[in-house]
Amino acid sequence: MANTPFMRPLTHLDRLEAESIFIIREVAAQFRNPVILYSIGKDSSVLLHLALKAFRPARLTFPVLHIDTTWKFREMIEFRDRIAKRHGLDLIVHINEEGLRQGISPLTHGSAVHTDIMKTAAVKQALDRGGFDAALGGARRDEEKSRAKERVFSVRSAEHRWDPRNQRPELWNIYNGRISRGESVRVFPLSNWTEIDIWEYIERENIEVVPLYFAKERPVVERDGTLIMVDDDRLQLAPGECAAMRSVRFRTLGCYPLTGAIPSRAATVREIIDEMRAATTSERQGRLIDGDRSGSMERKKQEGYF
Amino acid sequence: MEPAEKSLLRFITCGSVDDGKSTLIGRLLYDSRLVLEDQLAALERDSRRHGTTGGELDLALLLDGLEAEREQAITIDVAYRFFATRKRKFIVADTPGHIQYTRNMATGASTASLAVVLVDVRKGVLTQTRRHATVLSLLGVRAVVLAVNKMDLVAYERARFEAIAEEFRAFAGRLGIAGIAAIPLSALQGDNVTSRSPRMPWYEGPALLPYLETVGVDADPPGGAFRLPVQWVNRTGPDFRGYAGLIARGEVRPGDPVVAQPSGLASRIARIVFDNADLAVAAAGQAVMVTLADDIDLGRGDVLCAPEDPPAATDQVAATLIWMHDEPMLPGRRYLARVGTAEAIAQITELKHKINVDLLEHQAAKILGLNEIGFCNLSFDRPLALDPYKNCRDTGSFILVDRITNLTVAAGMVAFSLRRAANIVWQPLAIDKRRRSEIKGQRPCILWFTGLSGSGKSTIANLVEMQLAALGRHTYLLDGDNVRHGLNRDLGFTDADRVENVRRVAETARLMVDAGLIVLVSFISPFRGERRMARELMEEGEFFEIHVDTPLEICEARDRKGLYRRARLGQIANFTGISSPYEPPEAADYVIDGSDGDPEGAARMLVGELRQRGFIL
Ligand SMILES: Nc1nc2c(ncn2[C@@H]2O[C@H](COP(=O)(O)OP(=O)(O)O)[C@@H](O)[C@H]2O)c(=O)[nH]1
Repeated sequence: MANTPFMRPLTHLDRLEAESIFIIREVAAQFRNPVILYSIGKDSSVLLHLALKAFRPARLTFPVLHIDTTWKFREMIEFRDRIAKRHGLDLIVHINEEGLRQGISPLTHGSAVHTDIMKTAAVKQALDRGGFDAALGGARRDEEKSRAKERVFSVRSAEHRWDPRNQRPELWNIYNGRISRGESVRVFPLSNWTEIDIWEYIERENIEVVPLYFAKERPVVERDGTLIMVDDDRLQLAPGECAAMRSVRFRTLGCYPLTGAIPSRAATVREIIDEMRAATTSERQGRLIDGDRSGSMERKKQEGYF
Repeated sequence: MEPAEKSLLRFITCGSVDDGKSTLIGRLLYDSRLVLEDQLAALERDSRRHGTTGGELDLALLLDGLEAEREQAITIDVAYRFFATRKRKFIVADTPGHIQYTRNMATGASTASLAVVLVDVRKGVLTQTRRHATVLSLLGVRAVVLAVNKMDLVAYERARFEAIAEEFRAFAGRLGIAGIAAIPLSALQGDNVTSRSPRMPWYEGPALLPYLETVGVDADPPGGAFRLPVQWVNRTGPDFRGYAGLIARGEVRPGDPVVAQPSGLASRIARIVFDNADLAVAAAGQAVMVTLADDIDLGRGDVLCAPEDPPAATDQVAATLIWMHDEPMLPGRRYLARVGTAEAIAQITELKHKINVDLLEHQAAKILGLNEIGFCNLSFDRPLALDPYKNCRDTGSFILVDRITNLTVAAGMVAFSLRRAANIVWQPLAIDKRRRSEIKGQRPCILWFTGLSGSGKSTIANLVEMQLAALGRHTYLLDGDNVRHGLNRDLGFTDADRVENVRRVAETARLMVDAGLIVLVSFISPFRGERRMARELMEEGEFFEIHVDTPLEICEARDRKGLYRRARLGQIANFTGISSPYEPPEAADYVIDGSDGDPEGAARMLVGELRQRGFIL
């Protein structure tokens, strides 16, 4: 037949997208009460985009959970609320109230304690409270050496611990989501994506991300060789220290006092991709949490941090 | 070239310890400029401290030491690495070469369409190399690159390379691996890795990376008929019912006729929907949603396929099993099978042989241990849509899951359907269980006594039977000892034999229940899995598990038959409680304390329960 439509070959983004959508639908089919962990960053934005795509024309039925440490960039929170409204998301915002009362802050208690209480403990609280049996997250295997072996379906005990000795082998695209009472599964649909895949996909799909990813003049101070943005007046300047306006952007987003900016002029997705191709440092360099102690991600994971 | 035009190749690397695998992967990452400044600084530091290259950059250190994990007893299996060139993105499954190689390699190979097998040119084709090739062929990896490494150590000598390539081709050929590319290289020096090396002008083939950039990316043979395993059904409003899934094979267009397996119901594709748009065509590797022209009964686990070449609808297959758990596979035990998106209860009905991966030989076996590979017959509790694995991975593969721990214990690849499902029809019987039980004026059931040897099972069971006889009830007592003299005379005390022992007794008990009897079974039956199997053979509410719970010390002190003493002396192997485990029931229907010296009372209680529940009047 002259007008039989033919397939164009699938690209790497087509394949990654299909794999992720398959995984997200498996969660819908295998679990009773799943939730999406939404950190507002670029990976979460891609994850959310894929989840919406996976179910259309049906609506996304999973609630979306954001753990608010109260130290996120203000632009992140605005962005979160705007996106939730646009897609009609069932957004759950959880704050560790106990930690808040104790006045836990990354500035006075350091990144490790802050992350432990306001993030790791908070995730557990929120998952317990919601009774969620599956939590989807945007972690990727290329982020860090120790993640290279992480499963797509990662079983956690009732205490949310990850038992490295009891990992299930994962073959083909068969995911074993069977759990006993109280256990839950963390699911990572973006396991096989790299940072550059994420940006290429954001470009291809025209996905909106927090403007902090794009270079702009912002007030920053330099501390221990890291550029910290002065996002509100909780960041007290030392005597003699002063915020200077510099053209910077962020490769990852978290709590503003713990997230280093990089000097950049890349103001569009295309420019970010070009800059990355020429880049010479890895994504996690700007994250202060990793520097604390070597092997710290592995430890955090066992304790239930994402 | 536009980045979005890249294709994706998944491959696996295999090699023995020290063949240079990590260095090769490190080299690919490094040469494709994926190693960044901060990582490079760390690498230089580490190379000086731990490097094996005399202070030069040790690229192997870029990869997280799988060795280190072994020390920490973390489940070692597969690490995934990523790199990209202008033409392709690569996902590399990196598996450690030694311990647990079968399980790990199988996991890595299951998603790979190509394998890079490393050989140290000084060592040549080793036993390990043959194992790798065997596992690759079982997992259906049809394209293999034989990377003959460390050519720098033999002065790039052509003859050494060619001898190895020839030997490997001969072996792999026997396994049915046809697409072999042999490449001489030096991972350390970078010869023939990203570009042809001037040091081996005699080699006329491509360097490794250019080869990987151009080889075909599909795992299944080309040209197969359409398959869509239904993953999830999307019901949006009364008019839309979308069947979502990842197309496993072939292409599909609106209007195409399709058949749903295993039901055999036919329809036509109405629409192919993705993200609110209609597609004119979709193919293998795409996660789409389709709607059908007719309203047919279809759900998760069913497979939509081309009517001219559908998968078999079968409940019995022959398959290769790779055992992945410390606890061995026991024929007769029931496992949960995940077959694509379908779920069923599976039983290994026969282990035909074990495959010795070193010698490519078949060996007789009764059980399969960790990392062993066996060829088995399996039966499922319902018909499933299945293809031979070699024709289609997604509809020919399955995993087995332990139903108590939920762990994945095995990976399976369908060889062929036994097609017995269609042939055996139950002989319909005119007089049924209900009729027989009416004649007897009782409802049949099973009282299954489990507990340690000497716990008092038989004593209590005997008393129950006597009391029921006094009430004029028709019973039968199946006792472990007695059965071993007759029906199960051929069975020993290995785990495999114990499973078969219980299976036969359970089947016998079931026939007796069908005959209308109240059946008492007095059986150590140490494993939860088998007791559960027995329970599942019966109808709901017909099976009562009674745990005669007597502490080991007391059983041992009684020792009426002198068995414990002999077991302690090592004269009886596999003795429950001493040298073989007893798994106590987690939710027995009744727990009887067998140490308190009132078996009469226990028996009265059980008879009272039977009356209460309406089994006897
Ligand atoms: N070698 C071996 N023989 C056993 C084992 N358990 C039971 N037997 C034999 O199997 C028979 C059944 O014992 P059992 O059902 O425990 O008796 P009860 O608990 O006293 O009713 C005994 O006669 C023993 O000879 C065992 O674990 N190993």
